[in-house]
Amino acid sequence: MLSFISQRVVKGVIVLLAIVVLNFFLIRLAPGDPAVVMAGEAGASDQVFVKQLREKFGLDKPLPEQLFIYVKGVVTLDLGFSFRQQAPVAKLIGERLPATLLLTLTAFAISLMLGVLFGTFAARFAGTFLDTAITVFALIFYAMPIFWVALMGILLFSVTMDWLPSFGYETVGANLTGFAHAVDVAKHLIMPAMTLGLFFMATYTRMTRASMLEVKRLDFVKTARAKGLRDAVIQRRHVLRNALLPVVTLAGVHSGTLIGGAVITETVFAWPGIGRLMYDALLQRDYNLLLGVFVICSAMVLIFNLITDLVYRLVDPRIEFAS
Amino acid sequence: MSKRVLLGLLLACGLAAPALAQEPKTGGVINAVIQPEPPGLMLAMIQNGPTQMVSGNIFEGLLRYSPKLEPLPELAESWSVSEDAKTYTFKLRKGVTWHDGKPFTAADVLFSIEMLKQTHARARNNLAQVDKVEAPDDYTVVFTLKQPFGPFLGIFEVGSMPMVPKHLYDGTDFKTNPYNNAPIGTGPFMFKEWQKGSFIRLVKNPNYYEKGKPYIDEIYWQIIPDAAARSVAYETGKVDVLPGGSVENFDVPRLSKLKDTCVTGAGWEFFSPLAWLWLNNRQGPLADKRVRQAIMYAIDRDFAKDVIWNGLGKVATGPSASTIKYYTSDVPKYPYDPAKAKALLKEAGYKGEKIRMLPLAYGETWQRWGEAVKQNLQDVGMNIETIATDVAGGNQKIGDWDYDIAFTYLYQYGDPALGVGRNYVSSAIAKGQVFNNVEGYSNPEIDKLFADGAVATPDSKRKEIYEKAQKILVEDVPVAWMLELQFPTITRCKVKNLITTGIGVNDGFKDAWLDK
Repeated sequence: MLSFISQRVVKGVIVLLAIVVLNFFLIRLAPGDPAVVMAGEAGASDQVFVKQLREKFGLDKPLPEQLFIYVKGVVTLDLGFSFRQQAPVAKLIGERLPATLLLTLTAFAISLMLGVLFGTFAARFAGTFLDTAITVFALIFYAMPIFWVALMGILLFSVTMDWLPSFGYETVGANLTGFAHAVDVAKHLIMPAMTLGLFFMATYTRMTRASMLEVKRLDFVKTARAKGLRDAVIQRRHVLRNALLPVVTLAGVHSGTLIGGAVITETVFAWPGIGRLMYDALLQRDYNLLLGVFVICSAMVLIFNLITDLVYRLVDPRIEFAS
Repeated sequence: MSKRVLLGLLLACGLAAPALAQEPKTGGVINAVIQPEPPGLMLAMIQNGPTQMVSGNIFEGLLRYSPKLEPLPELAESWSVSEDAKTYTFKLRKGVTWHDGKPFTAADVLFSIEMLKQTHARARNNLAQVDKVEAPDDYTVVFTLKQPFGPFLGIFEVGSMPMVPKHLYDGTDFKTNPYNNAPIGTGPFMFKEWQKGSFIRLVKNPNYYEKGKPYIDEIYWQIIPDAAARSVAYETGKVDVLPGGSVENFDVPRLSKLKDTCVTGAGWEFFSPLAWLWLNNRQGPLADKRVRQAIMYAIDRDFAKDVIWNGLGKVATGPSASTIKYYTSDVPKYPYDPAKAKALLKEAGYKGEKIRMLPLAYGETWQRWGEAVKQNLQDVGMNIETIATDVAGGNQKIGDWDYDIAFTYLYQYGDPALGVGRNYVSSAIAKGQVFNNVEGYSNPEIDKLFADGAVATPDSKRKEIYEKAQKILVEDVPVAWMLELQFPTITRCKVKNLITTGIGVNDGFKDAWLDK
């Protein structure tokens, strides 16, 4: 297993470098010059100023040279300097990553737990009213755009009922500490985490239901039933366990992309995470910051994929690690 | 002419008089919205709108400006101009200290000017007319100009020329100076904390030189990226101040009607944002003056004002906003007249050639305005294709002159020599940049008028020159002027005296107080 992990890590680093190189060129294909954006923000865009900005950030150098400087930095764990925010990229991401991880992991946990639970119930009572209700419920949340769910949540829980705060990570100026602070953050977390989680919950519900219904038809389940095993045991030990494999695969993919996908939720709820940082960096053509966020998101996807493979083994011990 | 001494202090007292009706109360916290999050707070190096809005509390300039754009004292308590209008002498206020306790002196002014020439594009342009700056003593600064420069007294507000502490910046790498992250100024509020993505916290400067000010203890600038969420934050009582432009225009009437809400359009006199359509004068049908005039007749600007901007703002008459110096309304008029537009297009031989239009990617209001203008132009027979871009992509297209019509709005900076001429003179045609003469208009007469206007004396002569320039430009229609924009500031009515000068919220909260 250790050799499997070390092989995957080495391959992951190579993939990451390939992603860096690809992203480096892709970003530059987008129209828009960061120096002009910065000069425009400064209220003046005379040639001398734009030229100065290009020189200051090395944007006047040939592309291969810029790439070499960037990759050299990444290899030594230096993600460069943000043009617009005038701060090291690693520092900016480091400040925002905890908030994003808190949001996405909470959303991920909510969606996975509720999704598998609802999917199991729907499959267990297939064809009944409960199944129809869960399926319709999942379909609605699957179809609704995240930003709309977020705005409706704000309208209902903040404006109308005044139960939950509509924005931010904590109550600004309250200077709370300890348990009170944790409760305050939790109150701020509920709506964004639910908003982000509901879409994925709907996906897992549908996937679990479909997968369980498929597994239920397989021979080994019939055999188990013929052997006289109790239904609950069949469902838990034989059906759910096998039906979870596609859900784990999907969750593995989602866990990485959730971070990037938090852009809309973070924007609507003013959640200070890296999704927003990425969005701002894109609009401002802040190449280094954007590349930095991409590197982190890509690394997350690779890490979560590795974890997914390990979880596979736990769910189904028959799966062997390829050497 | 005898030496002209401007007693700004008296002026300031005069302006403050109405506020004395109610005695200011001290204490309290103001929560305001800032959007987007500023890239930094070091005003000498970063000059975008959000930075100015927050840092206008931390830093100060030598002068402030009244809503009528008359200079008022700030770090300079008085000033005088020589008879030949080439020497300006500023007397600095004594007893002013930086937030770290070091005294503010003329050496700081000299250093700031040298630093700004390297880091502040607009200041560098403004200072191009200065031959030398000297400090005969610790509290006197003398500017000697190469030639008289009419708008010179208009370049000293905090955003255009912030004062920087010499003792913290001299001999350092400006880009990496640690004080960029914890700025030290002379202003009424001190930087305390910045939680990136969440808020910026400023606290009262207890040693501020104006005794008793500021009245407020703390300001929290809350960072809320979504416009709808900003509206809700105000609606649910989490913020007290929505500076102009914080919420979509269509939300303004609804928010204005909320209980204990006050709205003002004041505080934009210095910037006077003017919206227009860049018209690419170089190519295609728009190279013909008659087509450009047809566009002016074809667009229903009253509709845009009343419906898209909810009645806010004013239909523009030409290149100068009515709030800046030397404005004249005595120019050719372009009322909404589709029939005349059609006739002009026919006369110009327009045969339905495709015209590419770039709306401004600044949110819903601008998007809707783009659709309305497209409809107006299609109604008179123009073949308009909308090109959707984001801000960076749009800037590149405009800077590369790869467009036919493009929306924009620009600041005027109080004087035609500072904020108007740059968009029309031939010398400002430079490919690759935006916010200069991107339309490619070239008229030697206009070049001469703007060149003469900047250096002419006395003011009556400048007035004459700029009025003539406005008439020529409006006749030629190098761009299609749309609206003088009004970005209303929405506040709880308990926030008193927030806006007292021509730069509004950007001037800081030093006079503001809470009627608790």
